[in-house]
Amino acid sequence: MANGNGRVGLMERVKETNEKLWNSQLAESILRPGSPFKQGYSDSPRNRSYVVMNNVLYHLHPVKVKRHGVKLSYTLCLGGLSFFLFIVLTITGIFLMFYYTPTAELAYADIERLSTDVAFGSLVRNIHRWGAHLMVLSVFLHMSRVFYHGAYKPPREFNWVVGVILLLLTLLLSFSGYLLPWDQLALWAVTVGTNMAGFVPVIGNQVKFALLAGVEVSAATLLRFYVLHVLAFPFIIVIFMAVHFWRVRKDGGISGPL
Amino acid sequence: MVEIPESLLRRSAEAKAKALGVPVEQVLAEMKGEGPPVVVEPPADAEEAAPEEVAAPEAEVEEAVSEPEPAADEAEVAADSEPSSEPVVEEAPAAEVEETPAAVATVVEDAPPEPESNGDGGGNGKVAGLVSTRPVVPPTGTPEGVRTQRLLTVVKARAIQNVKAEPTDKVNTWPHLMLQEFGALLLITGLMVIMAVVIHSPLLEPANFNATPNPSKAPWYFLGLQELLSYFDPQIAGVTIPTIVGMAGFMMIPYVDKNPSTRPSDRKFAIVLYSIFLAGSATLTIIGVLFRGKGFNWAYPWRDGIFFDDLKDWVHFE
Ligand code: HEM
Repeated sequence: MANGNGRVGLMERVKETNEKLWNSQLAESILRPGSPFKQGYSDSPRNRSYVVMNNVLYHLHPVKVKRHGVKLSYTLCLGGLSFFLFIVLTITGIFLMFYYTPTAELAYADIERLSTDVAFGSLVRNIHRWGAHLMVLSVFLHMSRVFYHGAYKPPREFNWVVGVILLLLTLLLSFSGYLLPWDQLALWAVTVGTNMAGFVPVIGNQVKFALLAGVEVSAATLLRFYVLHVLAFPFIIVIFMAVHFWRVRKDGGISGPL
Repeated sequence: MVEIPESLLRRSAEAKAKALGVPVEQVLAEMKGEGPPVVVEPPADAEEAAPEEVAAPEAEVEEAVSEPEPAADEAEVAADSEPSSEPVVEEAPAAEVEETPAAVATVVEDAPPEPESNGDGGGNGKVAGLVSTRPVVPPTGTPEGVRTQRLLTVVKARAIQNVKAEPTDKVNTWPHLMLQEFGALLLITGLMVIMAVVIHSPLLEPANFNATPNPSKAPWYFLGLQELLSYFDPQIAGVTIPTIVGMAGFMMIPYVDKNPSTRPSDRKFAIVLYSIFLAGSATLTIIGVLFRGKGFNWAYPWRDGIFFDDLKDWVHFE
């Protein structure tokens, strides 16, 4: 459409470029058949299937799910939200790692600096902290919803066991992060928490010693908790999550209607 | 009836031709319904050859196509009431077969003579998968012994995969599930951002090994436990409650709870038990968070203030 000056209008040009872009070899190579981003996508049952099947999404979702499972009131999305919170925590956690040194001398000052010197530092730290609390809560509620549905019954027994391990790992992740600000709250909450671990018979004191890198919380504990928090526990939990999600599907998808 | 791909047909025809000693083309033509049935002596009985790999009841595998036989139809309904569109593997639980011996027997009349083929199909807990490559019920008057199904695979009855496709009411993941998930993500993200803007994370004085705060509290998710520890001898509270009733006990729930039903009305006991656990841990946690003051002694938050530093920068108190 030419405007009064006989020039090509801006909108026209944007539209043209857009079209060229989406039809380029690059876009073609990225988008698989049935992608809703492809030019000329139409809403058909076949394309609805392709959206999932021809996509990395297929690793997470089947093409079709039971109708009752889609009702919000069935899962309350709690398992999915736990996973999403984990992702948010990973992203914000990576941001925080840029500014944090896990030594007794620097840790506290680094956290303090987040709210003064770092752009969005305080916001990201808050999201990370409240997200962690929310994740503990949502994992716990997810477990409760699974229990009330009896969704741990055959063939899903083992996935419940995997779930309990996930709960344990979630608590450990949260707890190991708790020490990192290295303030009075962190130090003494972790002291109280690990003292409870010491009461476990036979292995209690060994576990406590391994966790603390000593008999009580010290500067060495900080490094130990840091490595556990940013590397070891996330690594392990991702593996268990993979098993968990895989089993949800192999056990026949979400459990049946009540 | 399912459309059988050409390549499968050919493979199957080759196998059959080899077994019967006749040309492949002839078998293939017969399978496509273009030629006369191949007539040979009955093949060795599968059930005798391999007792573990028992054939499913005849009615299941013989899906009459060209000439619908009333008897076969009837039996198919009786033995497996769901119309199956899965071409490959069928499950044949023993119980199902035994419940309908009469129905199965009706079919067997039409099927090639075969000793006792009705009663014990799949009875040993294994399931045989068979595929029918062609209308198997021989036209009336055809000599005995034409069996065109063969064993494809043996699937353990309790395999991890759900072998049988059950007709369930399903919807497409896209858009029905994914739009909901997206909504949930937006909601929780919004909630988190609002929380992060309004409530600041606490940062108290730098860690000091020589100044124990009073009270010292664990993170909130362990506060219920800390509360418990304050009632009992630490050996009991620290030992029995968290480890045995806790993690190990929780992992054992599916193996202890033998009640197969998931209907709430059938599992009142389990529900009550879990609800007690929920209410108990919530109560203990709330007490630990709000009602414990100096020396972890009882305190009323409205009178003595809140001793919970996690919310220090948000809830302002003296
Ligand atoms: C990091 C923690 C966890 C994540 C990310 C997670 C994720 C999920 C997801 C996405 C589902 C699909 C259905 C739904 O959203 O409800 C699911 C199902 C399930 N989860 Fe979890 N989960 C976690 C922890 C747990 C825990 C603590 C338990 C139990 C102790 C558990 C037991 C189960 C079971 C048995 C199912 C199958 C439920 C059904 O079929 O209805 N999970 N989980």
